Amino acid sequence: MQFGIFTVGDVTPDPTTGRAPTEHERIEAMVTLALKAEELGLDVFATGEHHNPPFVPSSPTTMLGYIAARTERLILSTATTLITTNDPVKIAEDYAMLQHLAGGRIDLMLGRGNTGPVYPWFGQDIRNGIALAYENYGLLRRLWREAVVDWEGRFRTPLVGFTSTPRPLDSVPPFVWHGSIRSPEIAEQAAYYGDGFFANHIFWPKEHTQRMVGLYRRRFEHYGHGRADQAIVGLGGQVFMRPNSQDAIREFRPYFDNAPVYGHGPSLEDFTAETPLTIGSPQQVIDRTLSFREYVGDYQRQLFLIDHAGLPLTTVLEQLEMLGELVVPVLRREFEARRPAGVPEAPTHASLIAASAAADAEEEPRPEVETIPATVAAPR
Amino acid sequence: MTKRRLVVVTAGLGQPSATRLLADRLAAATERHLRPAGVDPAIDVIELRAHAQDLTNHLLTGFPTPRLREAIDAVVAADGLIAVSPIFSASYSGLFKLFFDVLERDGLAGKPVLIAATAGTARHSLALDYALRPLFAYLNASVVPTAVFAAAEDWGRTDEGLDGSLADRIERAARELAGAVAARETVKASDPFDEPVPFEQLFGSVSTGAAPASGLRDEIER
Repeated sequence: MQFGIFTVGDVTPDPTTGRAPTEHERIEAMVTLALKAEELGLDVFATGEHHNPPFVPSSPTTMLGYIAARTERLILSTATTLITTNDPVKIAEDYAMLQHLAGGRIDLMLGRGNTGPVYPWFGQDIRNGIALAYENYGLLRRLWREAVVDWEGRFRTPLVGFTSTPRPLDSVPPFVWHGSIRSPEIAEQAAYYGDGFFANHIFWPKEHTQRMVGLYRRRFEHYGHGRADQAIVGLGGQVFMRPNSQDAIREFRPYFDNAPVYGHGPSLEDFTAETPLTIGSPQQVIDRTLSFREYVGDYQRQLFLIDHAGLPLTTVLEQLEMLGELVVPVLRREFEARRPAGVPEAPTHASLIAASAAADAEEEPRPEVETIPATVAAPR
Repeated sequence: MTKRRLVVVTAGLGQPSATRLLADRLAAATERHLRPAGVDPAIDVIELRAHAQDLTNHLLTGFPTPRLREAIDAVVAADGLIAVSPIFSASYSGLFKLFFDVLERDGLAGKPVLIAATAGTARHSLALDYALRPLFAYLNASVVPTAVFAAAEDWGRTDEGLDGSLADRIERAARELAGAVAARETVKASDPFDEPVPFEQLFGSVSTGAAPASGLRDEIER
C-alpha cells in the first residue's frame, strides 16, 4: 500500500498570528514537504492545481519536475489535474515529459474543478463539467496510446495526423486516478476504463465515500477489469497529531474554527465525529485510518492532508515526521497483514511495464498502436 | 386504504407558534379530505427551528448532519408537502429559505405543495403570491391554487363557514392538496448509486456523436 501527502497549495493566514506566507514561501514550503516525505520514506507527494488566488500551484509539472530532480523514490502525482479546463493535448505532452524526467515515478489524478469562473477563463462552461471530463479524457487516452491520432470532438479543435510527443516512457502511459467528491458519473468513468478511483474523503461523511467507492468497485467488475475487491482505490485523509490528544485538540482548534472549507460552522467535535478528520494522538490516527478499510474495502493509496488552514511550516513538518516515523510504519504493517491475497498493489511504472509485457506475450500487438499496451488494467 | 406520506414544514420560531398552529390545522384538514378518498396519510411535522444550527452548518460544509438528512429525505420522499413560514421583512423567513436552499435539486419536482404564511397584520398577505409561490415555482413544485394566510386578527374571529374566512380558506386549500395527493402516483426515488447509468449512455448523452460511444468501447477493448 502507498502512503503519502497531498496539498491544496492554499495561502491562508495563520489564524493565531494573522500572518500569511508569501506565495514564494508557500511554494518553497510545498517543495520542502515533498523532499521531507521522501526522506521519511513516504511513497507519494501530490499537488493540487488551481488558477485563482489564494492558491499557488498553477503549474504542477514545473513543480513536480523540480521535485523529481531532487528525489529518487517518491512517486509524484496530482490532486487534481483539471481535465475540464486544460487542453488534453497539453496534459498528454506535459505529463509524458514529466514521466521521462522522473524515470516513470509519476501518475496523475484527474478532477473537474469546482470554481465557476475558472471555466470561462479557459474558454469553457462549468455546466459542461462532466462532458468535458469524458471527452477530454477519451482524447488523452488515445494520445498516449496511439502514435498518430485523428480526432474530432465538441470542445477542442480537431486533430488530423497528430502525434503527441514525447511518447510515454517505455510505451507505458502514466497511471490515471479519477477523483470526485460527489459525482457517480466519475466513479462510473473510472470503472469503465479500469483506472483508479480516488475519493476525497476529507470533507464529507464516510457513508458518502462508501457509496462512491462501492459503485466504482461494482462497475469495475461489471466492465471486466477484475473482481470488485481488485479495483484500485485511493483515499484522502486529514489529521493533526500531538503525543497527547488533548494537546492536539487545543492546538488545532483555532485552525479548525477558521479553516477555509468548514470554518465558522460545526464544532471540531461534531466534524471529527461526522467526517474522517482525526485530531489526536498518533495511535488514534492509526486506529482511525485502519478503520477506513472496513467501509471501502482493502485499498491501495492513502494520502493525508496536513498543510492547510494556515498551519505554519514548522508545525506541518512535525506532523510529517510523526506520520513518517510513528504512523505510516504501523499502518504499512497492519494493512499488509489484513490485505487478502489477490488484492493488488497500486500500479507503478514498473508493474505497468510488466503487465504490458505479459499482455504482449499473450497476443500480437495491433500495428496501429505501436507496441503500446491496450489497457492499463490487469490482464483479463 | 392507500398509504400516502404527507410532510409539514413549519418555520415558526415561538413555542407555541402561530405558524405551527396554522400548519397543524392545514394538516388536519388535509387528512380529513384524504380519508373519504380512500387515502391513509402518514403525517410528519418538521419544525425548522430544531434544525437551525444544522442548516447553517450544511451551507458551510456542504453536507447535512444525520438528523437534517432525515428531514430532507422525508420531504423528498413525501407525496405532498405543506410549507408554512412566518412573514419577516416582507418575505418568507431566512430559516424557511435555508431549508429549501439545501434541499437537493429536483427534490420537489412535481410534488403537490400547499403554501401558507402567518404575520401580525393582513397587509403582508400578498407575500404568499410574490415570494413563496415563485420560490416553489422555481423548484418545479406543483403548488395548489389556494394559499392560506393567517394574520393575528384571524385567530380571534368566529366567522367559521363564511366565504373567505380563515376556516374557509383552510378547507379549500386542504381539499385541493388532498385531491392532488390522492390523484398522484406515490413517489419512488431513484438512486444513481443503486442504478448507475452505463458509461456509454452517459458518454452518448454528453457528446455530439463526434466521438461515438461504440468507438470508445473498441478503444479500451483493444
